[in-house]
Amino acid sequence: MRKLACLLAMVLLPGLAGAADVTLGLMDAEVDLGDKASLQRGAKYFVNYCWGCHSLKYLRYQRLSRDLDIPDELVEKYLIWDGSKISAPMTNAMRAKQAKDWFGTAAPDLTLVTRRHDGGLNLSRGADWVYTFLNSFYRDDESPTGVNNLLLPNAAMPHVLWRLQGTAEPIYKPADPHTPGSSQREVVGIRLVEGVGALSEAEYHRMTRDIVNFLVYASEPFKSTRKALGVPVLFFLIVFLAIIYLLKREYWKDVH
Amino acid sequence: MSEATKNRGLLAWIDARFPFSKLWIEHAAGYYAPKNFNFWYYFGSLAIFVLVLQLVTGIWLTMYYKPDAELAFASIQYIMRDVHWGWLIRYLHSTGASAFFIVIYLHMFRGLLYGSYRKPRELIWLIGMVIYAVLMAEAFFGYLLPWGQMSYWGAQVITSLFGAVPWVGDTLMIWIRGDYTISDVTLNRFFALHVAAMPLLLIALVVLHITALHEVGSNNPDGIEIKRHKNANGIPLDGVPFHPYYTIKDTVGLTVFLMVFAFVVFYAPGMLGLFLEPENFEPANPLSTPEHIAPVWYFTPFYSILRCIPDKLWGVVALASSIFVLFLLPWLDRGKVRSVRYRGLGFKIALALFVIALLVLGHLGGNPPSPGRNLVARICAVIYFGYFVFLWVYTFFGLEKTKPEPDRVTDGSAKWMQKLMRRLMQKWKQWRRLEETQREPM
Repeated sequence: MRKLACLLAMVLLPGLAGAADVTLGLMDAEVDLGDKASLQRGAKYFVNYCWGCHSLKYLRYQRLSRDLDIPDELVEKYLIWDGSKISAPMTNAMRAKQAKDWFGTAAPDLTLVTRRHDGGLNLSRGADWVYTFLNSFYRDDESPTGVNNLLLPNAAMPHVLWRLQGTAEPIYKPADPHTPGSSQREVVGIRLVEGVGALSEAEYHRMTRDIVNFLVYASEPFKSTRKALGVPVLFFLIVFLAIIYLLKREYWKDVH
Repeated sequence: MSEATKNRGLLAWIDARFPFSKLWIEHAAGYYAPKNFNFWYYFGSLAIFVLVLQLVTGIWLTMYYKPDAELAFASIQYIMRDVHWGWLIRYLHSTGASAFFIVIYLHMFRGLLYGSYRKPRELIWLIGMVIYAVLMAEAFFGYLLPWGQMSYWGAQVITSLFGAVPWVGDTLMIWIRGDYTISDVTLNRFFALHVAAMPLLLIALVVLHITALHEVGSNNPDGIEIKRHKNANGIPLDGVPFHPYYTIKDTVGLTVFLMVFAFVVFYAPGMLGLFLEPENFEPANPLSTPEHIAPVWYFTPFYSILRCIPDKLWGVVALASSIFVLFLLPWLDRGKVRSVRYRGLGFKIALALFVIALLVLGHLGGNPPSPGRNLVARICAVIYFGYFVFLWVYTFFGLEKTKPEPDRVTDGSAKWMQKLMRRLMQKWKQWRRLEETQREPM
């Protein structure tokens, strides 16, 4: 038996399932937008594993190629599969109607998914949420997809990366310990057996981190520009404040 | 001809046709404001700055935004990603909306603190309250435009409040929405109100607000009239011309404000989910109600008052009263002095409780309700309304023990702070000397 893949706070009491999102402990995705290699790998993984169902319709190929230092030829060769122009947005082929027929719900566009789960004092909460989600699938034979998710119970999404991660086994606890005969149980954590997936646990963590890192980039491609611009603006304001304060003192000298 | 005489010539030409110099003297160079304005007096000019910022950034956003239920959400992303500097303009506007309320709340609190709403400034307060009400409408209409989940469902909830009006409620609600639910029709009319009707009203009201202020003169932290002591030329002894004294001083305040503002725009534009709510990064979906619908932070105290009352109609009545009661303030407060500096202990405690209750209500309004939270919200709502009742009883029946007002304005807290700073500097220098003398023998 190997160590736990992730042991999350036990808040999956049936009635509170909806509110679980708020109180669950999240894994740290260690987002780093300066890590270009990670962003490039993330783009590759996204296109190969996620893009079949999820579009990135507010991001253009060209923007991605410039920001992530991927030459246009490589983008056209490896990332554009439908002959789109490089200036086109990263839409995909699956229609909402098909998705509804197959999964019961349309697969959401993921351009803003990390910002959708942001908020609160954890500044990378959205990224951590998606990272935890990708690491929280477990076997559930009663679910139509054969898996369930600890972070988002009864998620419609199948475990797309199961061949890489393997499918984790749930850890059960009796839901009602005070009634000895009760067969009701709840999932309190998941356990991953080494060797069931093509990747080791560390490799899978790195891969999902790359995907999340890329999604954080996609949610706000200008984020680095924004943060960089803040420095000269604040520097100017500090200098301006010093000058204007001295000027104010000069003007007010004769007021007693 | 020298530059100066040419200017004088032009100015004379204009003055013969338009009262340019007259207006400039009346409202700036010859408008005498009390010399003892403190920290709380920055927020009036800051509010004007934020209004201009919102107008300018708003005009630029309007050039690219599409008021169409099918296109609105994507057009915001287009502005953020494809329009040159669009992200900056949009973050300035979204942060500006919250900044507007922060500045206005502090500006209003100043009024409570120093009795600026009291005779003869009742009309300034009333016009200011109308500005506040219009600003709330402006913010509400604007919040629908990004067409995210919270935009949609927030508007759905707030417009449904009109359905609580007896007899005509449903008709009224449909008339406001232009549809049975929030829809493309609603988005279009909210857009018209947000970019044309409300801004025009705001500008007009601000002009009235300042005209009324300059008619009676500014109050000050001592709450006494500077017009009682004038020199031979009729100039108040404790007044300084607004220009250049307060134009330069307010520029210092503006710069400090801009530093905080820029920090938020560049490093935390979502402000931990308070200024840009996470739910709004998901496009509006009329078929999926979010688990928890809450308005943006600046409405949450009033939302809390609405929600803590179990009956919908009475909740709406309480919500409307919580705003309306502020209009009555000049006539509820009958105290002998204006400024908190010379008011009784009862007033100070009541004002402190009022602020705490408002903050707690604001916090609760942003969170899902629970029986415990509802109880706290009810207690705070009672304190909120209790402040106004107390103020009237306290002052009408002469229960307040006031301190004597000074004859002339004082430096107040600023002097006290300066003294403290000087003391600390002296202590530090002493300590430094001590350090040096101790080091020498070694």
